[in-house]
Amino acid sequence: MENKAIGLDKGWDYMQKGITKLKRILEGLPEPPFTSEEYMMLYTTIYNMCTQKPPHDHSQQLYDKYREAFEEYISSTVLPSLREKHDEFMLRELAKRWANHKVMVRWLSRFFHYLDRYFIARRSLPTLNEVGLTCFRDLVYQEVHAKVKDAVITLIDRALLKNVLDIFVEIGMGKMDRYEDDFEADMLQDTGAYYSRKASSWIEEDSCPDYMLKAMSHYLHSSSETKLSEKVQNELLVAYANRLLEKEHSGCRPLLRDDKVEDLSRMYRLYCKIPRGLDPVANIFKPHITAEGTALVQQAEDATSNQASSATGVQEQVLIRRTIELHDKYMAYVTDCFQNHTLFHKALKEAFEVFCNKTVTGNSSAELLATFCDNILKKGGSEKLSDEVIEETLEKVVKLLAYISDKDLFAEFYRKKLARRLLFDRSANDDHKRSILTKLKQQCGGQFTSKMEGMVTDLTLARENQANYEDYLRSNSAAHPGIDLTVTVLTTGFWPSYKSFDLNLPAEMVKCVEVFRGFYETKTKHRKLTWIYSLGTCHINGKFEQKIIELIVLTYQAAVLLLFNASDRLSYSEIMAHLNLTHDDLLRLLHSLSCAKYKILSKEPNTKTISHGDYFEFNSKFTDKLRRIKVWEILPLSFREFSPCTFISWNLVYLLLRFQNSDPKFVFREQLILCKTNIGNCRNCFLEDIFYLNFVNSPSKVPLPPVDERKKVVEDVDKDRRYAIDAALVRIMKSRKVLGHQQLVSECVEQLSRMFKPDIKAIKKRMEDLITRDYLERDKENQNMFRYLA
Amino acid sequence: MLLFVSVSSKAKIKGLEKIDRLFNTYANSSFGMIDPEGIEALCSDLGVDYTDVRILMLAWKLKAEKQGYFTQDEWQTGLKALGVDSLSKLKKALSDLEKEVEKPSNYEDFYTYAFRYCLTEEKQKSVDIESICELLNLVLGVQFRPQIDSLIEYLKVQNDYKVINSDQWINFLRFCKEISFPDLENYDAIQAWPLILDNYVEWMREKHS
Repeated sequence: MENKAIGLDKGWDYMQKGITKLKRILEGLPEPPFTSEEYMMLYTTIYNMCTQKPPHDHSQQLYDKYREAFEEYISSTVLPSLREKHDEFMLRELAKRWANHKVMVRWLSRFFHYLDRYFIARRSLPTLNEVGLTCFRDLVYQEVHAKVKDAVITLIDRALLKNVLDIFVEIGMGKMDRYEDDFEADMLQDTGAYYSRKASSWIEEDSCPDYMLKAMSHYLHSSSETKLSEKVQNELLVAYANRLLEKEHSGCRPLLRDDKVEDLSRMYRLYCKIPRGLDPVANIFKPHITAEGTALVQQAEDATSNQASSATGVQEQVLIRRTIELHDKYMAYVTDCFQNHTLFHKALKEAFEVFCNKTVTGNSSAELLATFCDNILKKGGSEKLSDEVIEETLEKVVKLLAYISDKDLFAEFYRKKLARRLLFDRSANDDHKRSILTKLKQQCGGQFTSKMEGMVTDLTLARENQANYEDYLRSNSAAHPGIDLTVTVLTTGFWPSYKSFDLNLPAEMVKCVEVFRGFYETKTKHRKLTWIYSLGTCHINGKFEQKIIELIVLTYQAAVLLLFNASDRLSYSEIMAHLNLTHDDLLRLLHSLSCAKYKILSKEPNTKTISHGDYFEFNSKFTDKLRRIKVWEILPLSFREFSPCTFISWNLVYLLLRFQNSDPKFVFREQLILCKTNIGNCRNCFLEDIFYLNFVNSPSKVPLPPVDERKKVVEDVDKDRRYAIDAALVRIMKSRKVLGHQQLVSECVEQLSRMFKPDIKAIKKRMEDLITRDYLERDKENQNMFRYLA
Repeated sequence: MLLFVSVSSKAKIKGLEKIDRLFNTYANSSFGMIDPEGIEALCSDLGVDYTDVRILMLAWKLKAEKQGYFTQDEWQTGLKALGVDSLSKLKKALSDLEKEVEKPSNYEDFYTYAFRYCLTEEKQKSVDIESICELLNLVLGVQFRPQIDSLIEYLKVQNDYKVINSDQWINFLRFCKEISFPDLENYDAIQAWPLILDNYVEWMREKHS
């Protein structure tokens, strides 16, 4: 259809009507919205005016008029309205005007869209959109932005602010320079001041978690975040760090106390961004753990002093268990809340080092830990646990060992207990045994476990050896001693030292010993066998009048009893002469056989205690309803040795307790089988737990020597430590030749730290000794330097 | 060539003769050296007590090796160094000797010597506490009276050490010289002080706390 060209004025008039309508809508005046027809007409008008053939092609003019439309509106309406308002109201107005402007741009650019497609594109002019925004920027923004910034800063109300700030961003049309230059710099500075004020009011009012929540949510535009964060962090968190953390009811300590895992995690996240921000948190974490640990120790102490005798040892075991739990709990905090941060690992370690080294009722933690392991691993121990649980627990115990400074003390105690278990507890699980040794080796080094491994190997070899011995006897039947003998050979050095008394063995046993020695020499000529009779057991058949009863006795007891095969009646001194024992030993032996539960021997006079003038006879009238009985004997405890030879039956214990008003402590120990003789039938001997008493006040009806095992262990370890320190000092000085005192001491401590924490005084003492022995000398000029003397 | 003996050497020889004569007055002829008896006699002639520190100083000057004995060589060297050849001169020289010893350059040497002088047995390395206490008193008592009195008290009550070695001995002097007394403020056990002094300081601090 050939239309008459639309003239510019006429066309523009028509457009102007549309624009006016739009303005009215924006101003909120009652005005119906654009219908699609109206829109179409406006669009088409522009279209036509642009597509008309020159000279009626009005694109350029239309482009200019488009701009002018904005300019006019802004100048006449927008700016005045902004100018008359201030502060928050101005901001609101600005936000409104901007929103309106965007709408206006959107609509007008739709109407004038055709320009975008061809005219603008062809001439690479700013798009309609850009033009619209530029108008606002040049006219409005330029004028008001300073005022706006000030207003923003004084107010900082989030929602409104966001709207206003978006202006700054969008004005930049994709670039942030408007925002940064005009706004951000000042804002940062003033924000600092703002938050400082806010913080001081929050710290008063809010609990720590709430404060932290607010801190997290109060961040402005994301690009400012880093710079702003620092400022905010500084004001909110750092300045008030201590107060915040120390808040009595909601600070760090109560969070720990109440296991508020989420809050603690948040605390970590907030503080980890600040340099050194985590230090105060760690500084609360550590004493908190230390206090809890120390409380556990104190609980154990109190419980043991209040507790009746039988439960000694139980409290200590409970303590270890609780310590393990405590460790698990706080390790979880470190890994979960504190993201495995080294600072917290360190705090945990140091806290544990403090209370793990406290003694409880005179027992060192090293000993307690060793006893704990022993209980888990031995058959019939107080813990009956599944294999997995045992493995897990052992794993944790070894971790705890890392915190104990006297590791070598632990090794000694553990070794002694291991020896006991190995020799007695043969049915116990080998895997656990080996696995804990592996773990200990990993933790503390090969030297730590070499002796223990030696012990385990010895037993394996012993089994082989016994089989070989039996073969040997089969092939040399003439050599057979007539008695079944089981021997376990231990390598000295690996095992704790056992004393051996020079007992005069009965002839039958002598033969056994000789035969075995003969066999052993066929295997190796370079080793010397030392027999430990104090730990052996025998099965003897006692032919009593009523019936034959098999007696399970210790070798010493057997030696006494067998004397009566040759004589009917023997005096104390005769027995003494025959056996070559000490008085103490003999007293106990005879007591166990004549005055205790089973009176195998009858005594004259028939008193309750043994004296040197007594006479003894085989008590043929003895009988018991059982066919086989264990005759418990109170053997002497060689004070300095480990041998748990003092043992006593339950009944006697109970009775003695009743007689005594003193407070005996029980310790449960197990018997060692070292040499087992089986007369007649071949049977496996087993022994139940044997108890021995450690009387605090010594007088008792039955003479019992004090137990000094713990003391011996401590002495041995001290001696080993002296050698270790000497060796370390010499090693260091040999390689360094000249070294300052402090450095020498610290290197020495370091070298030894895997096993124990050497006392500075001990090191000084060893140094003095080395000076006297001419290994070292002090430098003449510098008193703090030492020199190695080759 | 006796004809060409110079005057000074003649004088020297003459001086030496006097020294030797003096030596022989006190020496035990069978040993060929002055023994304890001789020294005692010398002391009484000099008018000093046998246990006087000046005799120790004399021994130091003589570089006497063995306690209670002066050999002829030692005697000669020592008296020549002192520039004396008669008893009266020796007497006067003793007070000069005191001043000489007190010179800082000599003092430490004298102090160390005093300890060595007490090592009477061969291969002996340490001296018993009793003797050390006496020696301390003798050698340091005048100059460091309060420290020495206190230290001696401690040495007598403690039982960690029955003997003192030369390293510990030398540190006693250092202690007196360097550590403020009686507060012991600047004593730091972390340093290389011998353990016995660490213990002493601990004991002192406990006493006065």
